[in-house]
Formats: sequence, structure tokens, C-alpha cells
Amino acid sequence: MRDRYLPLLATVTVFVLVYAVGAVSFRHFLSTNVLGDLLTDNAFIIIAAIGETFVILSGGIDLSVGSMIGFVGVVMAHLDTLGWHPLASGALLIAFGVGFGAFQGLVIDFCEIQPFIITLAGLFLLRGGCFMVSLDSVPIKHPFVDVFSDWHFGLGGGGRLSSSAIVMLAVLAAGVVVAHFTRFGANVYAIGGDRASAALMGVPIRRTTVGIYALAGFYSALGGVVYALYTGSGYPLAGLGDELIAIAAVVLGGTLLTGGVGLVFGTLFGGLIQGLITTLVNFQGTLTSWWATIFVGVLLFVFIVAQRTIMGSFMTRRAV
Amino acid sequence: MDRADNPQAIAVGRWSLGEITGRSWFWPVTALALIFLVDAVVSPGFFSIRIVQGRLFGSLIDVLYRGTPTALVALGMAVVIGAKGIDLSVGAVVAIVGAVMTNLIHRDMSPPLILALTLGTGVLCGMWNGFLVAILDIQPIIATLILMVAGRGVALLIDEGLIVTFRSDFFSAISTGEFLTVPSRILVCAGAFLALWVVLRRTALGLFIESVGANSAAADLAGINARLVKIAAYTLSGLCSGLAGVLICGDIRGSDSNNAGLFIELDAILAVVIGGGSLAGGRFFLGLTIVGVLVIQGLTTSILVSGLPAQYNMIVKGAVVLIVLLLQSRRLRQSVVGVFLRRSS
Repeated sequence: MRDRYLPLLATVTVFVLVYAVGAVSFRHFLSTNVLGDLLTDNAFIIIAAIGETFVILSGGIDLSVGSMIGFVGVVMAHLDTLGWHPLASGALLIAFGVGFGAFQGLVIDFCEIQPFIITLAGLFLLRGGCFMVSLDSVPIKHPFVDVFSDWHFGLGGGGRLSSSAIVMLAVLAAGVVVAHFTRFGANVYAIGGDRASAALMGVPIRRTTVGIYALAGFYSALGGVVYALYTGSGYPLAGLGDELIAIAAVVLGGTLLTGGVGLVFGTLFGGLIQGLITTLVNFQGTLTSWWATIFVGVLLFVFIVAQRTIMGSFMTRRAV
Repeated sequence: MDRADNPQAIAVGRWSLGEITGRSWFWPVTALALIFLVDAVVSPGFFSIRIVQGRLFGSLIDVLYRGTPTALVALGMAVVIGAKGIDLSVGAVVAIVGAVMTNLIHRDMSPPLILALTLGTGVLCGMWNGFLVAILDIQPIIATLILMVAGRGVALLIDEGLIVTFRSDFFSAISTGEFLTVPSRILVCAGAFLALWVVLRRTALGLFIESVGANSAAADLAGINARLVKIAAYTLSGLCSGLAGVLICGDIRGSDSNNAGLFIELDAILAVVIGGGSLAGGRFFLGLTIVGVLVIQGLTTSILVSGLPAQYNMIVKGAVVLIVLLLQSRRLRQSVVGVFLRRSS
């Protein structure tokens, strides 16, 4: 049973190592300031990645995440000009995200089309939707935006746990509960492990698939709401390519893309590691931003190879 | 797909409805015909082709011209998807190849040598992906995600973060020139298509790739070196992306590592799927992939000629793709037909 936690352990080790590199190299790296910013800046992508974790655990993939973040922001900014309260427009858009995700899930299961390609169409539709609403960055002027960005918990030592980070940690906890302590979560793992066996065992495949993608829609729409409130604007190109960062976060978090194996909690660290690398590159100062992408690529490589080795021994042991 | 496994086939002689709609070429070709039909109504001059300054000119030529880079990438993608893989790194390969090409041009090498080295870079990128997938046994989406994430960083490293421009008659001629009134890049693409067709369909390689895609373990037991075949598929994809990179960079006469080939992987995968390729592997269609590219490019050009604002492009593309996918789904067709049959009886 401890095998289940090995990938998570590896992820946390890498996170601590990268953090240690930063702490040794830079004087102010080991402050609550840096930690608070790390949690705040990456909150929206980690929220979206939690939803992606469920999809990947079930053996699927959701490429519409980045476009959803952009679309939610743009529509929120548009509704703001019509006098909507951000919480009201946010709730509406989260409902839209759930509906859109459920529709994707239904098409995937009913039409037997690969998730990759349906969510790719979803990516185009939502990004196209962004451009229909607005071509420019639109500010959200409602005073609630300031309330949201000002409100925080002090961490001591000048660091602050912002409302973005608190929302992220709350929905992470909810995700962990859903994944590990509900029947739905068990069904997700079952489908990811072996779809045919799950169906034979009486797992409701259609209901669960629709639920998984609806959940992913919920999380990515919530990520979009947090991003819009965090930046105080809606921008039609926001979240471009973020689906890949979310997928990378899930993989770095120790979830296998073949489905059935992984922990929702790991995704938190998968997202934080990527944020940490960007922070390190920023601290270093002379390295240019593209080094961050190369480092993330190298880390992905190392991690996946390590995972293969760990899982390889895991598989052979299970076979015996 | 034959009649036996298509229970909805309403047998009315040889050309029954079910049989025709079950053919792999039916839906992509219908989609393309519909798009052209709409074009013919919206813009009467759509099909007129004339010669301006010794070069063919017209909307139809424009569709072909603009579609060539995507077509090249999509051909390679079709092969990889046929081997039950996927190549997300093609856009990054385009960027790397462009950066290498620009860098070499500034070193005053002879153009054919530059071309060879540039395409060689594409081949190397493809072999790297093949190595990850076939030897290390990593999932294709993730294996190629690594190069996709890191590749643009590498390209920016070569370009030192700048957009580097160049002047080269040789590469401009390949990309934007014409030969016997036909734009040369269309000829390049046609040549690549023919070469791929000969290599894949006139030898056993295509069959090997499809058998590995259908069932890698079974193919291995049947004596096919599955690993080698997979590496070959990714290498072909790298070569095709490299050639696309040469065309894209020759077009703008420079290497723009941030934007060169951005999202081309999505268009290429869509083209393959619209062309009837299954992401589950086991079959690929070179000709229908080109039809898929023409559907996507035709759609983009149609939106432009119809006078709709360019921002409608993506949503229309997404909607059309969704409709084509739904039409291709046999299960949906059957249940819709089933509802109608029940009503009429």
C-alpha cells in the first residue's frame, strides 16, 4: 500500500530540493513572502489542475482548461460593465463551466470519441467565444476586486496567505475528499484502472464520465474566476497554453497518464514546482525567461523516467 | 468498414445510403464540398483562377498556398497517429528548425547544405521523440509534451531571444516563389506527399506502422520490430515538421521562435481526425489527411472572403469540427437513424 505514496514522496522531495537550492543561493528566498506569493501566483493554475487530475485519473484528458480560464475572465469583465457583482457573474460562469464540461463528457461517452479531440474542439469553441466577447483587455472595476485582493491571512514575517491561495487550498481539500472518500472518487479510479472491468463490476460509466468532465469544468471555471479577480481584468488571450501547464502539474504531481494511479494532493506540488522554477529564474536575474521552460522540460523528462522506473518495479511486483 | 458490421445499411442496390456514408472518405469529402458550396454562393469569384505576373492567382490557390505548412505537419502527424502515437512537439520543432536555419544562413553556408542540416535537425527532434516513446516506453502525449514545453525555450536560446531576420534568395524561392506559374511551396508539398506515399504505401513500412498501431505486442510477435517502426514514424513526423519550418521561416524571412508554428499541432491533429484517422491507431490516410487540411484552411479562407470579422474564425472552426466529429460517430448516426425509423414505422 505504501507504493501508492511513492510518486508523491518523489514530488515532495523534488519540491524541497528545488526550494533548498533557492534558499542556499538567495538570501531572502526562505521567507514567508516568497511562499505566500508562490501560493497566490499559482493558485488559479493549481485549481484548474485539480480538475485535470480527476480527468487524467480516469484515463482521459481535458484540453479546454486554458480557454475556459480566458473565457470566464472575458465574460466576467463584460458582465462587470453591465453592473453585475463579480460573485454573481462568477457563480453564473462556474455553472456554465459545469454544464460545458458535462456536455463534453456526454459527447465523449455517448459518441465514443476520444477525449483529446472533443476537448480540443472545446478549446477552439471557448477561445473563439473569448474573441466574440472582446478583443481587448477589459478591466473589472467593481470594488469587490480590491476587497478580494486585499483580504488575507498574515503568515508572520511579512508573508500573506491571499484569498486566491485560501480558495485554492479549500477546493484542494474538497478535491481530496471527493477523490478518496466518496463512491464517485472510487469510480473514477476504477474507470481509469480498467474501463471494461469497471463496467462489468457495475460502475455507471456514463454518469461517472459526465461527472468527471463536469467536475473538470467546475475547477477550470473556478480557476478562471480566481484569475480574473487576481488580475482584475478579462483578457481574451488569458490562459493561453495553460492546459499544458495544468497537465504538466498533474504529471509532476505523480499521476500516471494511463489513468487509475495518482493522488489529487500531488497536483498541488506539481503546480508549485513549476511556479518555484519560475521564481528561481526570476531571483537569479541574469537567466532569461526561456530558461524556465527548458528547466521545466528537463524536470518533466527526469520525473517521467524516474516514475517509469518506480512504476516498473510496482507493476512487476503486482503481476507476481 | 464493410456492410456486415453496419447494421443500419439500408440495402437499396449497390450504392445503399448506409454503405456510402460508411465509407471512410464520405464525411471529410462531404464537409469539404459543403464548404466550397457555401463559398460559391457567398463569393461568386471563389473558383476563378487567373495568372497575374506569371503566377496562378485565386481563392482556391490561396487555400492550397496557406494550407501547405499545416499539410506537411499533418502528413507526419497522420503517420504517428497511425502508429497509435501523437506528436505534440511539431510546433516547437518548427521553431527550433527555423532558429537553426536562420543561424546557419548568417554563417554564409551554401543553401543546399543549410537545407540538409536544417532538415537533419527536424529528423533529430523526431528521433528524440521516438526514443522516448519506443525505448523508454513513455506515453506519447507526455513524451512529446517534453519537447513541446522545452523546444521553444531551445529555439529562443539559439535566437538569443530575438526575432532574427535573413535574406536568402534560395529559401525565399522555396517558400514564396513560383515554378511554371505554380507557387513553389505547393510543389514542395506535393513532392513530399508523393515521397511519403511511395515510402509508406509502395513498401511494407505503411503496413508495419498500421499493424504496430493496431496492436504493438501482436506486431512484435509477428516479427515486426515495433520499436524501430515507432522510431521511424516519429522521425518521419520530425522531418515533415522540419520541412514545414523551412517554409514558414522562408515566408517571413526570419525566425520568430515565440510564434512560428504556434498551435500548428492542434490544426494538424484536427486535420488527421477529420480525415478519418483514429487516435486509437491502426490506420492512416495520407490523401484524406490533405482533405482534412483543406477543410480547415478552406474554412479559414471562407470566413475571410465572406466578410465576417476574423475573430469569428475560431468559434466557427470549433463548431464545424464538432459537427464533423459528431457526424463521423457511428453510434450517434445509428441512434438518430433509429429514432427516425421508429417514428416512421
